[in-house]
Amino acid sequence: MSVFIFRRFLTLIATLLGASLIIFLVLDALPGNAAQMLMGADASPDAVRALTIKLGLDQPLYYRYVHWVMGLLTGDLGNSYVYGTPVAGLIAERLTLTIPLAIMSMSMTVVLALSAGIYTAANHNKLGDVGVMSLTQFGIALPNFWFAILLILLFSVKLQWLSAGGFAGWDESILAGIKSLLLPAISLSVVQAAILARVTRSAVLEVLREDFVRTARAKGLSKRDVLWRHVLRNAMIPVMTIMGLQFANLLAGTIVIENVFYLPGLGRLIFQSIANRDLIVVRNCVMLLAGVVVIVNFVVDVLYAFIDPRIKVHNL
Amino acid sequence: MSTPISASVDVGAATVRPQVPTGFWRRALRHRSFVIGGTLSLMVLGAALLSLVWTPWSAYEIDVASKLRPPSAAHWLGTDVLGRDIVSLLLVGARSTIMVGIIAVGIGITFGVSLGLLAAARRGWTEELIMRMSDFTFAFPAVLSAIMLAAVAGPGMVTSITAIGIFQIPTLVRVTRGSANAIWAREFVLAARASGKGGFRITIEHVLPNVLPILIVQATIQFALAILAEAALSYLGLGTQPPQPSWGRMLNDAQTLLFQSPMLAVYPGAAIAVAVLGLNLLGDGLRDLLDPRLSRER
Repeated sequence: MSVFIFRRFLTLIATLLGASLIIFLVLDALPGNAAQMLMGADASPDAVRALTIKLGLDQPLYYRYVHWVMGLLTGDLGNSYVYGTPVAGLIAERLTLTIPLAIMSMSMTVVLALSAGIYTAANHNKLGDVGVMSLTQFGIALPNFWFAILLILLFSVKLQWLSAGGFAGWDESILAGIKSLLLPAISLSVVQAAILARVTRSAVLEVLREDFVRTARAKGLSKRDVLWRHVLRNAMIPVMTIMGLQFANLLAGTIVIENVFYLPGLGRLIFQSIANRDLIVVRNCVMLLAGVVVIVNFVVDVLYAFIDPRIKVHNL
Repeated sequence: MSTPISASVDVGAATVRPQVPTGFWRRALRHRSFVIGGTLSLMVLGAALLSLVWTPWSAYEIDVASKLRPPSAAHWLGTDVLGRDIVSLLLVGARSTIMVGIIAVGIGITFGVSLGLLAAARRGWTEELIMRMSDFTFAFPAVLSAIMLAAVAGPGMVTSITAIGIFQIPTLVRVTRGSANAIWAREFVLAARASGKGGFRITIEHVLPNVLPILIVQATIQFALAILAEAALSYLGLGTQPPQPSWGRMLNDAQTLLFQSPMLAVYPGAAIAVAVLGLNLLGDGLRDLLDPRLSRER
């Protein structure tokens, strides 16, 4: 097991380094002089030179890359070109919204998908199965930002139960914060849950046909006991794989949904920074998101090696 | 690399060439997913083609005097905030969506299939390198790639096409390589090798035709994903730019008018959902029809 984890860990480090290199090349080396971009084409050469030195952009490329990577490891991400404040602080402030939103929508996704998947598998080919599966087919086809707009139309415009956007913050009360994130989380989770429910159903149906399930039933275990004790654990491997892959979509979706609801999270920070040409903020935000996707996939790989020990033997 | 054996083997007879299965259309027309998906996809394609020759009104002409008109005989679905006819915008929007989808999936197929076939043909470190690169690309969903490109080159259709194209590559590499590996293990490929055919020729003559059905199914699904990604990028302002109409952009414009004209936000989203649903159902149908082994309990 430890050899498998070590190998996967090395791949994780290599992938993170590769991602950082690509992001640095695209967002630092390719655009040319960031000082010129910030000051505009009409700025005097002396002013541009002064800003170049102030921002440390006169240093060689490799030095700037190594400096940035070392900064990533120590939490020093440099200062925003526009605000002059530490980038780490800007990101940390926005994460107080984005992380709870991601957790809320992932939890809703898991609850919705597992209940629908297990229900449909247990009622295979019955009316409930056909109905729920048809709904998931529609769910997969829905763009999450359109679904979000439909939710606003219903709950904010028509019923006026919830606000159409904005974030109440956590200072007032936790409940007010959660209420602001409710519609965004639902719009993110319903589409993801539709995909995961279909995977769960397939996986559970496949395990239900295994010999050990028949043996467990022959021993006298009830259908419900077999489902909860034996089937679910074995069906979790494909479900977790898809959940890992979905996490990348969830983060991408968060960026879009934050824009729909005007939420001051990481996604909005990225768009404001693009508009302000604040490339150092964009670079660190993109690295953070790509890093989270890579790390989540690593954790999923390691987790399912624990669930199914055959995987690590296969991968050695 | 194995040395070709100089024995005479009738490779032609052993070659398995994929053919349209007997009675394909007869079975296809009875397949519910295929028929519904095909009809919806043809409707969207028809709308895009129709917009090339006819739209009820110009989709680019601004007529502020007629802004936010309700549905009428003149404007079947009403007008937007600039007085443009919604039906015309939807028709031209279908064209933008399909164009971005075709080019982006084309990029994905060109690179994804080539790399997948190369990985399966060469194996060893080439395969390892390609697969690790493809894992690595998974870290960049289309929105992230588009953000990076937009930050450097500015937003636009080219940015969204490139970002969606890159996003398509890893999935197509994986699917192609997995299917191609299975074909390389078949007897008729062994016979082709024995007759002295090289890796490139075997790939083109034997492997590619046999993985084609799976690729067609996957391309349909990738097309649906490309439409969703294009709509999201246009909605965010990173994709298709005004005055070119696009469904995502229409949703963005409609969101500021939710209290005045809520239906403006319904039409473009419904168009996206119909296109994606159609392609997904078509993909499901094709999977069942072209390769029943792939059809699982869905």
